[in-house]
Amino acid sequence: MLINSGTSPVKIFKQGNFHTRLSFVIMGSANLFNKQITKGLLFLLSQIIYTVFMLTAGVRWIAGLITLGTKEQGSVYDPEVGFNVTVAGDNSMLFMIYGVMAIIITAVFLIIYYANLKSAYAVQSVVLKGKNPPSFKQDLKSLLDERFHFTMMSVPILGILAFTVLPLIFMILIAFTNYDRAHQPPGNLFDWVGLTNFKAMLWQNDLLAGTFFPVLMWTLFWAVAATVSCYLLGIIVALLINKKGIRFKPMWRTILVLTIAIPQFISLLIMRNMLNQFGPINTLLQNAGIIDEAIPFLTDVNWARATVILVNLWIGIPYTMLMTSGILMNIPQDLYEAARIDGAGPFKVFTKITMPQIWFVTAPFLITQFIGNINNFNIIYLLTGGEPFATDYYVAGKTDLLVTWLYKLTADEKDYNLASTIGILVFIISIVISLLAYRHTASYKKEDQYS
Amino acid sequence: MRSVKTTRRLSNLLVYALLIIISLIWIFPIVWVVLTSFRGESGSFTSYFIPKTFTLDNYKNLLFDTDIFSYPRWFMNTLIVAVFSCLITTAITLATAYVISRMRFKLRKPYMNVALVLGMFPAFMSMIAVYYVLKTIGLTQSLLALILVYSGAAGLSFYIAKGFFDTVPKSLDEAARIDGANNAQIFYKITLPLSKPIIVYTAMTSFMAPWADFIFARVIMGDNYEKYTVAVGLYTMLSRELIDKYFTQFAAGSVLIAVPITILFIVLQRFYVEGITGGSVKG
Repeated sequence: MLINSGTSPVKIFKQGNFHTRLSFVIMGSANLFNKQITKGLLFLLSQIIYTVFMLTAGVRWIAGLITLGTKEQGSVYDPEVGFNVTVAGDNSMLFMIYGVMAIIITAVFLIIYYANLKSAYAVQSVVLKGKNPPSFKQDLKSLLDERFHFTMMSVPILGILAFTVLPLIFMILIAFTNYDRAHQPPGNLFDWVGLTNFKAMLWQNDLLAGTFFPVLMWTLFWAVAATVSCYLLGIIVALLINKKGIRFKPMWRTILVLTIAIPQFISLLIMRNMLNQFGPINTLLQNAGIIDEAIPFLTDVNWARATVILVNLWIGIPYTMLMTSGILMNIPQDLYEAARIDGAGPFKVFTKITMPQIWFVTAPFLITQFIGNINNFNIIYLLTGGEPFATDYYVAGKTDLLVTWLYKLTADEKDYNLASTIGILVFIISIVISLLAYRHTASYKKEDQYS
Repeated sequence: MRSVKTTRRLSNLLVYALLIIISLIWIFPIVWVVLTSFRGESGSFTSYFIPKTFTLDNYKNLLFDTDIFSYPRWFMNTLIVAVFSCLITTAITLATAYVISRMRFKLRKPYMNVALVLGMFPAFMSMIAVYYVLKTIGLTQSLLALILVYSGAAGLSFYIAKGFFDTVPKSLDEAARIDGANNAQIFYKITLPLSKPIIVYTAMTSFMAPWADFIFARVIMGDNYEKYTVAVGLYTMLSRELIDKYFTQFAAGSVLIAVPITILFIVLQRFYVEGITGGSVKG
């Protein structure tokens, strides 16, 4: 079979016969010599295509990735037209994209190459046992059975490579260049600068570091506050709705769930309008005589921070409520009966039966919620846009999270290198937090032996 | 005995009161946007809650005054993108989830870990790169590009569906295998027919996503109003120069897309709940 664990190329070469060794140089030869004509030709074809690609473009693309272009766009006097015309220079951006593509194509080729080696080795051992190597038809058939995962995963993985991995590699590389507003292709070249951006962001540049750390602190504070508040209040609302003797349960649930169905950009933009200094909420409160002056919901730092956390409840509670309702309905009633017979009060029932069950199911959800909140773009961008603006920050406001700052640097300022640096730092923070948290829940599970 | 009953009744009354307050808070913004969509006075916000005059003009202008902003066209664009990305996403997600849940192969664990790691990068980080990749293959400002962007990474969001497939009894597979079915047949004939909740859930979430995204669509479509989706179009109406003129139309447009999505959602709510709790609760 193709996947045969523990066959390193070295071992294949040592134990391989002539045909197998020939496959190291000419792909598919072992298959061709053993009547697996179609398969052998396919291997050979991929080798030819790859070689032609490398010779015509690939080598040049990879070299371009190293230099990122050398010829700057210039203007030259053209005697025919009678004035200076722009002469196209190298485009660092395209150099980088093509370079990354060449590397991905090479990686894919290496995988095919390795498959070719293993296939050769497999054919060799089948022939050695005196059996016939599987025909192409049998191979195809195995794609619907033993190797069904190949068939099913090929399209998803291609999609991920093209739309997630390629762009991501590209952006990670950008963090090590000086691709900022002053170095915009095609007019200018940008170049590799090593760790300069990270150093500037973390300590060297006072303005950047003076923005990064306060924004990071607020991001973490926000993520904790938003996650915990939605979680606890969501559970309380679910308990209220599912309380014994409360009628119209589906109606209460549906009212809350409406907010999940309405696109966030609508509900949040509506909220922004309602909370405006001259908006209906302030007017209503003023008319009712509760307040004298309009509350600066979105313009004062502390008010704005409190407002985003409160408005987030409107969006977040329904999710927790839905999930908790599902769990509550699934707790066996006889557990409660037994507890009541043993004389447990409602508080004890809650802490000993209900809450452990909820906690057990929702602990992983809590982690994803937390990471989701670190990257909660919509609520900040749509509600406050990061405002109130901070003069001591570099293009960020007091309610900006790291992601919204990243977005501003990308969309408004074109400081792609800084945006990528922030993205990588956010990634590192998220991964550390989730590793710690997952470890914790795993040990929790083991201790309790719940499932 | 009577006192117990009274306390229970009292506490229920309190719960009803709380639920009514909560419901009012949740409904308030929705009612406001519906009222705004019928408001006769233009302008972005008013100092009063109930409009002074009611009119249908906002809807009329939105649907028939299509010189600059063509709402019907945006609606069709979004519908096309939503239908195709829903089909592709559902197929990819279910295929990946099934394979991860049911089959054991060498790259299974690594794949799951890579998916987890990739999910930790902020989505907007690669936005510009996605744009340039699409530009390199000449696909920007087209609906196809949007479909690809929305469904391209579907292979990473298999967790919920995998949790569901884990709960489908394995004994069914084994029985079918004894009858001579291969893995493909087990998937199509045994597992899929039993997985209606998760199919509906996946299809529903992927169908709804294009109606809500205003970031990627804006980056990819640039200033080509013709190819806008509803979300980008409505978002554009709220830019600083346009908001006073278009706010009431924005409200009307919002109502027009929120109503069908909400109805769809309420009808399929059961599946949604089973989808998000299914894997964890039953398992």
